[in-house]
Amino acid sequence: MKNKIKNVFSNGFGQLTIPIIAILILVIFNLIRDPGFFSIELTQNNDGNNVLAGNLISIIDNASELAIIAMGMTLVTAACGGQDISVGAAAAIAGSAFVKILSNAGTDGISGGLVLAAFLFACVVAMLFGAFNGTLVAVFKIQPMIATLILFTCGRSIAYWISGSATPNVASPIIDGIGRIIPGVPIPTPVLIVIAVAIIFKLVFHFTSLELLTQSVGINGNAARVNGINSTFIKILSFVILGICVAVAGSIGVCRMGQVSHDTLLLDIEMDAILAVAIGGNNLGGGKFKISGSILGAYIIQMLTITLYAMKVRSTDVKAYKAIVIVLLVVIGSPVVKAKVNKYISRLRSGRIKASEKGAGRT
Amino acid sequence: MKRVKALLLVLTLVLSVGLCACSKDSKDSGNGGSTGKTDEKIKVGVVNNPASESGYREANVKDMEKVFSAENGYELKTFYSQKNDDQLKAAQGFITDGVDYLLISAAETTGWDDVLKKAKEAGIKVFLFDRMLSVSEDLYEAAVVSDMPKEGETAVNWLLSLNLPEYKVIHIQGAMGSDAQVGRTGALEAQFTSGKMKKVVQQTATWDEAEAKKIVETVINSGEDFNIIYAENDGMARGAVAALDAAGITHGVDGKVVVMGFDCNKWALKELLAGNWNYDGQCSPFQAQVISDIIKGVKKDYAKKIFSEEKGFDAKTITQADIDNYGLGE
Repeated sequence: MKNKIKNVFSNGFGQLTIPIIAILILVIFNLIRDPGFFSIELTQNNDGNNVLAGNLISIIDNASELAIIAMGMTLVTAACGGQDISVGAAAAIAGSAFVKILSNAGTDGISGGLVLAAFLFACVVAMLFGAFNGTLVAVFKIQPMIATLILFTCGRSIAYWISGSATPNVASPIIDGIGRIIPGVPIPTPVLIVIAVAIIFKLVFHFTSLELLTQSVGINGNAARVNGINSTFIKILSFVILGICVAVAGSIGVCRMGQVSHDTLLLDIEMDAILAVAIGGNNLGGGKFKISGSILGAYIIQMLTITLYAMKVRSTDVKAYKAIVIVLLVVIGSPVVKAKVNKYISRLRSGRIKASEKGAGRT
Repeated sequence: MKRVKALLLVLTLVLSVGLCACSKDSKDSGNGGSTGKTDEKIKVGVVNNPASESGYREANVKDMEKVFSAENGYELKTFYSQKNDDQLKAAQGFITDGVDYLLISAAETTGWDDVLKKAKEAGIKVFLFDRMLSVSEDLYEAAVVSDMPKEGETAVNWLLSLNLPEYKVIHIQGAMGSDAQVGRTGALEAQFTSGKMKKVVQQTATWDEAEAKKIVETVINSGEDFNIIYAENDGMARGAVAALDAAGITHGVDGKVVVMGFDCNKWALKELLAGNWNYDGQCSPFQAQVISDIIKGVKKDYAKKIFSEEKGFDAKTITQADIDNYGLGE
């Protein structure tokens, strides 16, 4: 136990050091600014259900879609050494597909089974688009960002084409249950869904060798192939898994508002998702990865946004402040800076050893 | 029996076509009698943004197609793109095709000088709709546009007419710099500076409902008091209301918080009718009829810049008929 703590101090939390420090700084900053910032209280919503409310709940609730997409993005990043910039557009497509199935039934006609069917349909659609991206990347060796640029450009038009009108609505207690609160459970449902998705990832990594295979493909695809790993399949699989994540996030987004707006659903989430992966300390060039880092990254981004909103930073400046903080985080986490810091620390240490040796010599 | 029916059908068809032709003929000759044939239609080329842009655009595109239909004596050619360059090329194409009238809602305000000059040389009359262009006024016949600042004024005047003891406003703005944002912000900003209304928070959610929800949530969490939500479109008002619902704050006609939106989507007007919201300002996408009236000579006196008539709906007075007539989308 003592050794473990010592390890943490000398080596940090490894990859997670920077995200954890960033969260601590944000927490301390907010506590100094407003001691009540993280207070949580139990209130009643307009339907008479008990709900937890407070900034902390807002942060983890609103980061849900981002966290789920960031998990999938980590896998794609690790396997392909590049990122999918079409996740926002794909989420709009999945959300439209989800609503398409539901809108045929009236308000009373929406049953649990139908919602499940709609969700599965959204998953299939998003997986198909994921496979399309994956094939371009893995089979035709196109750079991931260029390959996914195609869907990024046309995705929201496809979403419009699927839904057939600008903002189709769905209303049902089940939809509210998914996007907001299940009566009797005071925690927002999207938060629970994030936990469920994280657990599923953990289980998949535990019972299959997906994690190892993805890392080996990401570190050196050729070497992996020589060793009998089908790297093409692993790469496409990573995009298909991201597709499922996108479908989940898109469906949550739709349920939250009871409406799919193809041009604003999860707008600009691709950039935030890539940032979450980067802040989480994952190498954007592929290889080793930690999903937990990306989840932390997602919460950091959301905490930053809510902090800026709470400080009433002028609306036009919010993105600029966000950019400054994120640049700092990414630069500090970059391999170059890390190597420099490590060198400096080791020099300090050897200097200290020498000094103590000198001191020993004198006596 | 079947044969008789078919015969009757054909007969009525022939008759009706003949009648139509007669009436058309007489009208045409009345107007000057230059064209005697029925298939001489007015050629109209429309350059617009795609319907997928927004609920507004969807209604706009449908309205254009409805008014400039073959039954109304038009031959309509359309081109939809959000790229200015593509729009310019299409407009040039329409000019070479020899349309009689060119209707433009441009993606960007600049770059249109040459094309409009060519149109003028070819004797084609140009109408602008929905969006202005930064070109000299003599290059186009008329512009039919929305008066965004007036939309804001109508809304703020309505708000003042409530005579509330205090006005503590959460102001959720659209994409900064867009016509709709600048116009709808203006009147409210004037109230903030005069001190009549108190600005609790003013943030942009770039038309995004989820972002609007976050902004309102943050204000609720900070414990600051507010009684008005002024959202610059319906989607953001919806997001704001979601945050109110989650926090157990009442809103609408009998509620604590006054909810205001813009655009008059059908679903938003239904919220008004149900009393969940208080006000929705119209942004009229229906410019086609005015232009058609000018083309056909029905409307003779008009200014260069024609403002569409735009209403504001109050939850207390709105009717189902209003929703059917003015609601956008399904």
